[in-house]
This record gives sequence, C-alpha cells and structure tokens, in this order.
Amino acid sequence: MREIIHCSIKDIKPDVDIILKSQGVFTPPEPPEKINALLDMSMDLFGKLSIPMGIISEISISEFEVVYSGEGQNEKNTPVNEIFRRADNLALFTATLGEGISREINELFKLNEFALGCMLDSVASEGIEKVAEIAQNHFSEYLSKSGQTTPSTRIMRYSPGYCGWHISGQKKLFEFLHPEDIAISLTDSFLMQPLKSVSGVMIAGPKEIHHFEDNFPFCSKCSGHTCRERIKSLR
Amino acid sequence: MDILKQISENLRGGNDKKVLEFTKLAIEQKIPPKDILDDGLIAGMDTVGKLFKAHEIFLPDVLLAAKAMYSGMDELKPILIREGIPTIGKVVIGTIQGDLHDIGKNLVGIMLKGAGFEVIDLGNDVSPEKFVERAKKENAKVIGMSALLTTTMQGMRKVIDLLNERGLSGEIKTIIGGAPVSEEFAREIGADAYGYDAASAVDRVKKLTREK
Ligand code: B1M
Repeated sequence: MREIIHCSIKDIKPDVDIILKSQGVFTPPEPPEKINALLDMSMDLFGKLSIPMGIISEISISEFEVVYSGEGQNEKNTPVNEIFRRADNLALFTATLGEGISREINELFKLNEFALGCMLDSVASEGIEKVAEIAQNHFSEYLSKSGQTTPSTRIMRYSPGYCGWHISGQKKLFEFLHPEDIAISLTDSFLMQPLKSVSGVMIAGPKEIHHFEDNFPFCSKCSGHTCRERIKSLR
Repeated sequence: MDILKQISENLRGGNDKKVLEFTKLAIEQKIPPKDILDDGLIAGMDTVGKLFKAHEIFLPDVLLAAKAMYSGMDELKPILIREGIPTIGKVVIGTIQGDLHDIGKNLVGIMLKGAGFEVIDLGNDVSPEKFVERAKKENAKVIGMSALLTTTMQGMRKVIDLLNERGLSGEIKTIIGGAPVSEEFAREIGADAYGYDAASAVDRVKKLTREK
C-alpha cells in the first residue's frame, strides 16, 4: 500500500490553545486583543498558503531494518530498534505544508514583522502535526478495513532525529518513500525541504510494544521527555 | 513628556508608527543620535526585556516592541554610521549545521539587536567554517550558536575547536543555546557562555563584550 494524501485546510485546523502555549501566552479566559489579532492573521495566512500533503507507504519489518540502519549513525540501543521488531505492521510517512508558508515566515522576519512571523511559525508547526495525524488515520483505516487490527492495536509515529534514531536516517527513509512526488527533498545535512515537513515510521502493534523507560544513555540530553506523555496517551 | 521618553514608552506598547514619528522629531530637534539610541530606543527595549522576565508581558508583546524599535533604528542608523558612532559590538549568529530549528535563534538575534548589537544572522544549517570565516571577516566579537537537535549539538564543539586551531579564541568569544544545551555542556566543549533564553543571551553577550 502506498498512498498520496491531500488534506483540506479545515481538517488540519491547528489547536489555538497549543499555539498560544507555544507562544508563552497563558491568559484564561481570553488572550489580549493584540495577540488575538496576530492569531487571526496567522490562521488566515496558514489557510491561504499551506498545501498540506503526505505520503504513507507500507513496509515490511525486514525492509525497515535496512531503512532504520540508515547511514550507520544511530545510537546502539534505541526504543525504535526494539519496538519495530515486535510490530504487526509498519508504514513510512512524510508530510508537508509546502514551500509557500515557510517562505512567508522568512519574509515576515525580514520585514521586521517578528510577532506575526513567530505566531505563523507556531501555527504551521502545529498544522504539520495535524497532517501527520491525518496520515496516521489513513494507515489506521487501511489496517482495520483489511482486518489487520485487534482491539489492542495501537499506532505510534517515530521520527529520525528523536531518541537515538539519527537524523541522517531520513536518507534511506526517503529512498524508499520517494517524497519527490510531493516535492519534499533532503539537503546534504539530511534536512527536509520545505522546512515545515515531518517524516518517520508508523508502528502498529499491541500497545505494550510502545512502552519503554526513558533511561537510554541519550535520554539525559533530552530536555522534553515527551515520550512519557505519548506513552501515557496510549489508552 | 520629553521626546526620548515618548520613544521608549511607545516602544513598550509596540506602537511602531509613533516610535518612528518621535525618532524623526528627535533627529529634527538635534538631540544627539547616541542619546536617541541609548535613552530612547535601547531604554525602551530594556524595559520590555524586564517586563518579559517578570512575566508581565508575553512573547508577542516583546516582538511587537522589537518591530517598533527597528522602525526607529532604521531612521537613526544612517546618522549613527555617518557620525562614526559604533555599535556596542557585532555578533554572528546561526543554527548549527544539520539543524533547521531557527525560531529560538531568531528571538536571540532580535533581542541582541534590541540591546544595540549589530547582528549578522547566517540562518540555519551553518557549517563551522562559515561561522568562523564570517565572524573573522566581519570582525565580530561573538559567535552565537543555536541547536535544538541532540544529534547536532556536537557541531558546536567543532566551531570552538576551529577558533582554537586558527588562534582566534581570544578575539572571538562564543555563546551557545537551545533546548538540549546546558551550562554544563557549554563548559564541556569550551564555550565562553551559555544562554538559557533570549534575555539571558543578551546579558551574557554584554558580559562577554565587556570582558574584552
Ligand atoms: C546563541 O545563544 C543562544 C542562546 C539562547 C538560545 C539560543 C542561542 N537558541 C535558543 N536559545 C534559547 O532561547 C530561545 C528563546 O527563549 C529558546 O529557543 P528554543 O528554540 O528552545 O524555543 C523556541 C522559542 C520555541 N521552540 C521551537 O521553535 C522548537 C519547538 C519544537 C516543537 C519543534 C518545532 C517547532 C519544529 N520541528 Co522539530 N521541534 C522540536 C521542538 C520541541 C521543543 N519543545 O523544543 C524538536 C527540536 N524537533 C525535533 C525533531 C526530531 C524534528 N523537528 C522537525 C521539524 C520541526 C518543524 C518544522 C515542525 C518545527 C520547526 C520550526 C522552526 N522554524 O524552527 C523535523 C525535521 C524537519 C526538517 N525540515 O528536516 C524533525 C527532525 C523530526 C522529523 N524527522 O520529522 C525534536 C528533536 C529531538 C532531539 N532530542 O534531538 C524536538 C525536541 C521535538 C520533540 N518533541 O522531541 C531557548 O532554547
């Protein structure tokens, strides 16, 4: 299964509370008027300039083993390395909002429109997560329609750049996924262009396989430990 | 209210048009440009920084104020250059090679400019050679590096090693920052300073440039 996904803007409407939080704005019940105006303008620009798209492509465990080995730069032991081997199904994914929105953010900063540029960046970062969620929903639907799920099946996304999976892993991932179909490319430093893009693997299997402790050697360098929240969210 | 106070108060409120208007007025009234800069624009930005640290205003307020400051600064800059009034120092900043996260770095750059530094922003995915060569060419006092990926933060060490190799570490100081970076990591790789956030980056860069 390989699918190109085109999303509509209304399906990826970013969550206002998350955006305000990322801007350090905590003001219940309503943020100040100026900030609301920036938010409205950003949402408007986001709607006009984003071209949200994604690709998902199923991959076998043995094929993924090759993708995951990447350029040989991963940490020795990583959560993904343990999880994918116990999975029932895997799919690679990538998602993007297109070049226009990143160009606009850069332009706003150049024009000294820092507040709007920064707000739009938060909106877009939240928006790209929504595109990835939609890609995940497609995979989930595909698996359940083809009778490949059980009540305990849970899907989680894992990406190069996190938890010991080196960012250079995006090279092999893209050799398999062919993201050029939706105009995503990799720079020599293994970064995706357009900037507002994400990539990774979706791992489906019994929820227990996604559990891991955050005591890998590299965990001490991680400031977020967002893995804890993610694991908690697996109900 | 005197003109310089008008500049700093309007700047605080993010009123860029008023800041520009009062800056023009101050220039017309032959107020020394250095006073307009220090007691109007930088003073206003300084207050904004303090209010932000005290959680009395939010990040978007700071950024609106920064825009207002720049509107006055754009008017004043040609005069400062003409009169040979130097900035308090040049800082070359960028996100380290292999990393694209640039919002934190942008905020640091905005606040440094707000404090009166000249900032040369090299963007993201910047190689160690580019940092060092540009800093040397521009006669910058400080290199500021940002990293958000744990896999690429080691690249900061390469910049510091390169400065040492080329005998430039006395001349060009370094400051690092970004979510995975810490004071301890800065010490480990031999960086001269660590900035926890944009405001602390400004304090540290001021200190680094005073030390020289
Ligand atoms: C010079 O002196 C100084 C001094 C102080 C300095 C300084 C320099 N630099 C910063 N500071 C300090 O001052 C600033 C102001 O207070 C602060 O800057 P910060 O940058 O910390 O804070 C900013 C104001 C706001 N913070 C941010 O902008 C970063 C937020 C998070 C959520 C984030 C975002 C927004 C994005 N991302 Co990315 N992203 C994450 C981030 C998670 C997190 N919570 O940090 C992180 C960094 N990302 C990560 C990853 C892996 C990735 N991202 C990717 C993509 C993105 C977005 C495009 C969606 C977006 C980019 C936005 C942009 N223009 O930069 C991917 C790459 C995309 C590509 N194009 O190749 C990808 C590689 C994932 C993938 N494979 O898809 C993770 C890194 C994991 C790790 N431990 O290394 C990550 C920690 C997320 C996570 N939850 O784990 C201080 O740190």
